[in-house]
Parts: sequence; C-alpha cells; structure tokens
Amino acid sequence: MTDTENTPKQTALYDKHLEAGGKMVDFAGWEMPIHYGSQLEEHHQVRTDAGMFDVSHMVVVDFTGEDVKSFLRHLIANDVAKLKEPGKALYSCMLNEDGCVIDDLIVYYLSDIHYRMVINAATRDKDLAWITKQVENFSVDIAERDDLAMIAVQGPNARAKALGLLDAETAEKVDALKPFYAYPMGETFYARTGYTGEDGFEIMVPNEEAAELWDALKAAGIEPIGLGARDTLRLEAGMNLYGTDMDETTSPLISGLGWTVAWQPEDRDFIGRTALAKEKAAEKTQKFVGLVLEGRGVLRGHQKVITDNGSEGEITSGTFSPTLKKAVAMARVPVDIGDTCTVEIRGKQLKANVVKPMFVRNGKSLLEA
Amino acid sequence: MSNIPDDLKYTKSHEWVRDNGNGTVTVGITDHAQELLGDIVFVELPEIDTEYGADDATGVLESVKAASDMYAPLTGEVTEVNEALDDAPETVNTDPYGEGWIFTMKLDSMEDLGELLTPEAYTEEAEA
Repeated sequence: MTDTENTPKQTALYDKHLEAGGKMVDFAGWEMPIHYGSQLEEHHQVRTDAGMFDVSHMVVVDFTGEDVKSFLRHLIANDVAKLKEPGKALYSCMLNEDGCVIDDLIVYYLSDIHYRMVINAATRDKDLAWITKQVENFSVDIAERDDLAMIAVQGPNARAKALGLLDAETAEKVDALKPFYAYPMGETFYARTGYTGEDGFEIMVPNEEAAELWDALKAAGIEPIGLGARDTLRLEAGMNLYGTDMDETTSPLISGLGWTVAWQPEDRDFIGRTALAKEKAAEKTQKFVGLVLEGRGVLRGHQKVITDNGSEGEITSGTFSPTLKKAVAMARVPVDIGDTCTVEIRGKQLKANVVKPMFVRNGKSLLEA
Repeated sequence: MSNIPDDLKYTKSHEWVRDNGNGTVTVGITDHAQELLGDIVFVELPEIDTEYGADDATGVLESVKAASDMYAPLTGEVTEVNEALDDAPETVNTDPYGEGWIFTMKLDSMEDLGELLTPEAYTEEAEA
C-alpha cells in the first residue's frame, strides 16, 4: 500500500478545485475541497439553484459474471432481485455476521451479468477485502473503476442546466430518467441520484474527460460546492453518514435504516441475517430519531441526549441547519423518548424537540409549524 | 493574507484587543481566526458584570464546522456584550474588527495591555 502512505491522493479535478479557490483538506486519504469560500453560501446555492460536487473519491466497483446476482443477494441486506429494469438503483447496507454495518452503498442493475456498486472512500480497503473474501465460491469478477471520476450535480435547477449540455439523443434519455435510475452512455454514466435531498444527477465520466465536463457545468451556471456543504445538506435531508450515524457496532435497525433490509423472501440468506433477525425479535431498546434544538446553539455528534425519564442516548451527527436556521441532529436514543428531550451542551441542559430524522427535502422544511 | 490592523493588540488565541482610552477594551476575534473557523452561526456571549481572569473562557463561537472557545485576553470585568450577534453572528466573519466585536471589559490594570502581542508578533503567530 505504498501509494496511500501519508500523501493524500488527488482526483482528476484537483486543479479545478485550486482554480476555483477551494480550501483543500485531507478527506479519507484524498485532498478534497471543504469549501470554496463560504460553506453557507454553497449550501444555499444547492437548495435554491444548482451546485456540483467532486465525489471522485468515492469507490465505483463493477461486478460481472454469471453468479453476480446470487452473490449480491448474499452480500448485502437489501435485495437486488427487486431490480428488474436496467439502470435501476438500490440503496443498501453491507452487514457483518453480527448484523452491523460494514458500509452503506448504492448498487445499480445494468444487466443480469453486470451490476455497479458505489461504496464510501473511507471504507474502501476494508470493503474490498470483505467482498473479496465473500466472493470465493462465486463466479464473479470484481473491478474497481478508478478510471472514472464522479461529479454530483444537485439542486432544483441542476437537471435542466446539465441537460442543456448533452447532445439531443443523450439528453432525451437522461431527461426521461426517473429518480433512482441510471443511464450508461458509452463510458459515461448518468444517475438520477444524490446525497442532498434535492433533484439532480451523479455523473460518472472517464478521468480524462472530467475537467472538461466540470468546466461545461460551471459555464452552465452550476457552482462548485465543497464537502462541508455536502454534510449539512445530507444531514438536513436525513441521510445517514457512514462512520458517524452507523458503523460496525450498530445495526441498521437502530440506525434509521430498517427500511433498507429486505426480509422477504424468507429463504434469502444474506450476511448478517441471523443476528439481525434475533435483534428484531428481541425487545427494542434504542431507536433513531431527529432532534431540533428549541433555542440557540449548535447540536454536534456525541452530545448527550436525556429523555424525560432520565435515560440517556447520544447524538450521532448534528449541525446548524442553514435552511431552517436551527440546530438539527440525528440521534440514537432510548425507545422511551417522548416528544421532547434535553441535550447537554457544555454542561447546560437545552430543550430539543424529537422529530423524524428528515428535516428538509426539495428546498422545503419538513418540520411542522 | 489576513488583515491585522496596526492599532490593535493581539493574543495567541487569536483575539484582538482595542484600547478605548477610558479604562476599557473591546475584544473580538481576528480576521485570521474567522477565516479558520468558517461561517459562524452562533456566538455564546460572556456574562455582563462578570469578572474573568486572563485566559478564562468567556464564550464560544460555533461555525458550521466546529465550536471554538474564546478567551479573556486579560483580567477584568465584562461591561458590554455585542447582542447584535445573537441575530447576525455572521458579522464576525464579515467585519471582525468593526461590527463583529464581541465584548468590552474593564481591565484590572491597563498596564496589562503591555503583555499582549504586537501586530508584528501576532503576524508571526498567525503565519506559524
């Protein structure tokens, strides 16, 4: 692993980030822009217009071969058998034998012998090691696509602005994509997916074409957005972050991800099923909720949550929501939590309201007035 | 390169201090500090009429990224706080040496000002 020692890697868009004034930080071994000036302005740019993120650090893996479907039905907790139309995507957790989360991912069905998976950058090595270990008895080839860059184009105007750059035939196909569908066009791959709670695309493109696409998107009025705003956007949208909201010690059932586990058909033997079924049958002690701080202040990961009964939980991720102008958080708490609770911030007990862990979608607040 | 005005004193913890000439000083955070913090979304102000020792935590600045403590530059009593920051904390980003001031203190001894960093010394500190 000499190539990853200490020196952070650069994506194909590194020079573009410098050009745009990106403040570069080390993120999971990659030199990535945290912001280009103001994280707040970038956040609003995505909620109200269109922004783009370099997400080339994320890991694209192609699975091919005759056993690919049966392998993936074993590997991940959601069921790829649900995917019947080419291009359809599925969000899933990959579990260990304890039923806890190794990573969360998106898998695209391209054909019966070809699926494409996108996993997190921070978990690349352990994910690939785990997958390689599990694949032994299957006839499946695994190819990491580090030849591809990925740009996420997000916001209410993102689709329209991006579509204007495509040739008529491609534009028609890409425009027709329903949410959570993808369309491969040669080596370029257009997916109507994202991590912001806004409409848009995630576009995979060969590394050597990435800078040109970036420039064209920028010329179309799509502004560069850093990873800082990506985090506040995903949190407002109630989307989990691996390593923060769930990890190898927490199951999807206590991470707000129970909906991603496909229990039917009952005879599908996915990794972690036995442990997870046992947890499901036992009495529930924890759940995953959203919190909104009533007064002023900022909720952060690891702050203590105290229910009215005095039992304790913890915030998994929190932030100041630029859209709502309030602090919001996701938290893992005892099941006895009521409609309100207190959060301990620097020794003070502050009141918070307990809500569903989803705060903003398509530019609009989901909180009751 | 961040802005470090000549007529102010500074601390290693990135506060600036202005001598108001009447036994009080005004305190804020430097341009360099606000740049490091990023967009500030909440300022926890100190308590008025409260005595703080030099380097005591007087409040907290919260940016979208992180929370950062703010310290009393010298020993004294807080006389005023900038309540406008409750509604517009971003002023600390946009005008750190002006409207973005944070509090004023009556110092126990104005001679203590000599212990603070000069603009030159702070420039070195900020560049380190």
